[in-house]
Amino acid sequence: MEFLPLKIADRKDMAQRKMWKEMTVTSDGHHLNPTYVYKVVLLGSMAVGKSSLAFRYVKNSFRETMPTVGCSFFKQMIRLETANIMFEIWDTAGQEKYHSVCHLYYRGARAALLVYDISRKETFNRAKLWLRELEKDFLHDEIMIILVGNKTDLVTEREVTSEEGKEFARSKGLLHAETSAKSNHQVTDVFMAIAQKLLQQEQQKETMPVQSQSWKKSHVDLRAPNSNQIKKCCKS
Amino acid sequence: MEQISKDFSELSTQLTGMALDLEEEMRQSKEDKLDLSPQTCRRDSVLSGKEEEDVTMDAWRMHQKHVFVLSEAGKPVYSRYGSEEALSSTMGVMMALVSFLEAEKNAIRSIHADGYKVVFVRRSPLVLVAVARTQQSEQEIAHELLYIYYQILSLLTWTQLNHIFQQKQNYDLRRLLAGSERITDNLLDLMARDPSFLMGAVRCLPMAAGVRDAVSASLQQARAKSLVFSILLSRNQLVSLVRKKDQFLHPIDLHLLFNLISSSSSFREGEAWTPICLPKFNSSGFFHAHISYLEQETDLCLLLVSTDREDFFTVSDCKRRFQERLRKRGVYHALQEALRTPFYSISQVGIPDLRHFIYKSKSSGLFTSPEIEAPYVSEEEKERLLGLYQYLHSRAHNSSHPLKNIYFTGPNENLLAWVTSAFELYVCYSPLGTKAGAISTVNKLMKWIRKEEDRLFILTPQTY
Repeated sequence: MEFLPLKIADRKDMAQRKMWKEMTVTSDGHHLNPTYVYKVVLLGSMAVGKSSLAFRYVKNSFRETMPTVGCSFFKQMIRLETANIMFEIWDTAGQEKYHSVCHLYYRGARAALLVYDISRKETFNRAKLWLRELEKDFLHDEIMIILVGNKTDLVTEREVTSEEGKEFARSKGLLHAETSAKSNHQVTDVFMAIAQKLLQQEQQKETMPVQSQSWKKSHVDLRAPNSNQIKKCCKS
Repeated sequence: MEQISKDFSELSTQLTGMALDLEEEMRQSKEDKLDLSPQTCRRDSVLSGKEEEDVTMDAWRMHQKHVFVLSEAGKPVYSRYGSEEALSSTMGVMMALVSFLEAEKNAIRSIHADGYKVVFVRRSPLVLVAVARTQQSEQEIAHELLYIYYQILSLLTWTQLNHIFQQKQNYDLRRLLAGSERITDNLLDLMARDPSFLMGAVRCLPMAAGVRDAVSASLQQARAKSLVFSILLSRNQLVSLVRKKDQFLHPIDLHLLFNLISSSSSFREGEAWTPICLPKFNSSGFFHAHISYLEQETDLCLLLVSTDREDFFTVSDCKRRFQERLRKRGVYHALQEALRTPFYSISQVGIPDLRHFIYKSKSSGLFTSPEIEAPYVSEEEKERLLGLYQYLHSRAHNSSHPLKNIYFTGPNENLLAWVTSAFELYVCYSPLGTKAGAISTVNKLMKWIRKEEDRLFILTPQTY
């Protein structure tokens, strides 16, 4: 749908434009691939490992982090065979005082990682509340939600079983994964899964426009605000 | 009434209890004392997992300065040491003291007992209390408490704070402050060793005026509509500040920003975008601050304060433009060079008996001071020196008897303070010098500062 070169030029985002140019010049064979920009947001309670997940994914390392202040922003480029994907990752603060501004960070997101700590049950319950928040602001197919149980390295202190997570995710139509940012377990896989899925959606949209996609909805006009939303995401 | 008098007696026994511990402590060896210093007892872990001290232990009582924040309902909001829950009865007593005197249309300001000062600051809907055995005056301790109050406002805004307590008087504010305790902890630690807070001024990173001007011009060019302040700093030292015309940043607000940045390593990764209230500028609303380090391995941190929370990408682009300008002007290297010598040595001044000084220019809100060198090597000695400056400062600014000139002779050093309408100067000499000698060298010191001022201060502040 939206191709990066155009969008980026619109945004006058020179850093990204440079990156794109470099890509067209250097990566042989890839330069004809479209590039998609997706906003991905990390949500969840305090100290469940949101920043660590982002840090592991973007920098591939781990350190004890301090609580995030407000929100941290990262960019990460993925090159796939058929397309390039630029993730704009918004790592939000889990602290309650920032909740009032959180919608600001997740507005226009195409994917959300709802993170909980498998060794703290209350963070799992909190993730359920986050889901309700998201459901208020997004239509079901507007955003891909992945329920992520982090800290599998603390398996001996586990309070949320794998099945429990999976079952809840299934009942709500979410994806589910268990990760450990500390021991680098499945972190990249989660982001890759998001990339693949979003790309799939993109291709579906291209081949089968509107109707077949929104079979769940009775009115086509529901799509209007929806697609606006998507455009916003790429501009935001 | 009975309850209150009982609480009173409880408090007084507690105070004497602490004093007894103090005597006992004096008999113990110095090494033991070191273990109890605030630095080692500091909570170092991050969140709920922070190490809490047992408030019934002597070690807890031996801290130099306790700070408590409570709500008017007597609910604990913050305690520097130990968990708030464990202290809820103590805080209840504090609130009882405050409201008992308020009922009489009076206000409690401080209690002085056995070398302790218990200082109260009332800022509805909060009450702030310090229990200190430092040499500071009541006025200065109250000033530090005010900083803590402003710190809380910077996280919540005055409007939100009031709104919350109007809605629910017994609200547990710790819920909203969770995860930010370390910012307050850091502020208290910083105030104990950094004279910026005492001076109410900011220290600049010394650098050639030409380099600083080029940096400021680059900052100025990388502007955006919503930007109010662009600030470049390095480890609590100001490199450059560009502001919107007619908008001024109060030193307190700048200190709070510096403290925020120094209290968290999380800004080192990615770009942070956070709501922040600058209480002296406007305590009712949030700005949005873009915080990022210029490069991975540098201490140069760029802070862009915007009025528009939707403006992340525009502001982020300002950073890129700023860096581009820096490179075009070829000052990046000179800037890195300046970072290598963040402090100058007192020997550069060339006055033999001179050990250290603080010079504050009142009009700019900036101060300069050399590196603290021998004999003030250990942390304790450094804090002792700061303590002496605190003492001089409090004498000079005593509201009933302000002084313009002070010469203080102590066993380990002599000090001089000189306060005028344009500047404040605090000088530390070796104990061997004389008063006449000290006074005669002050002129030489002032000349040196004049000569170096374009390197030590920002003389031409820039606006967009």
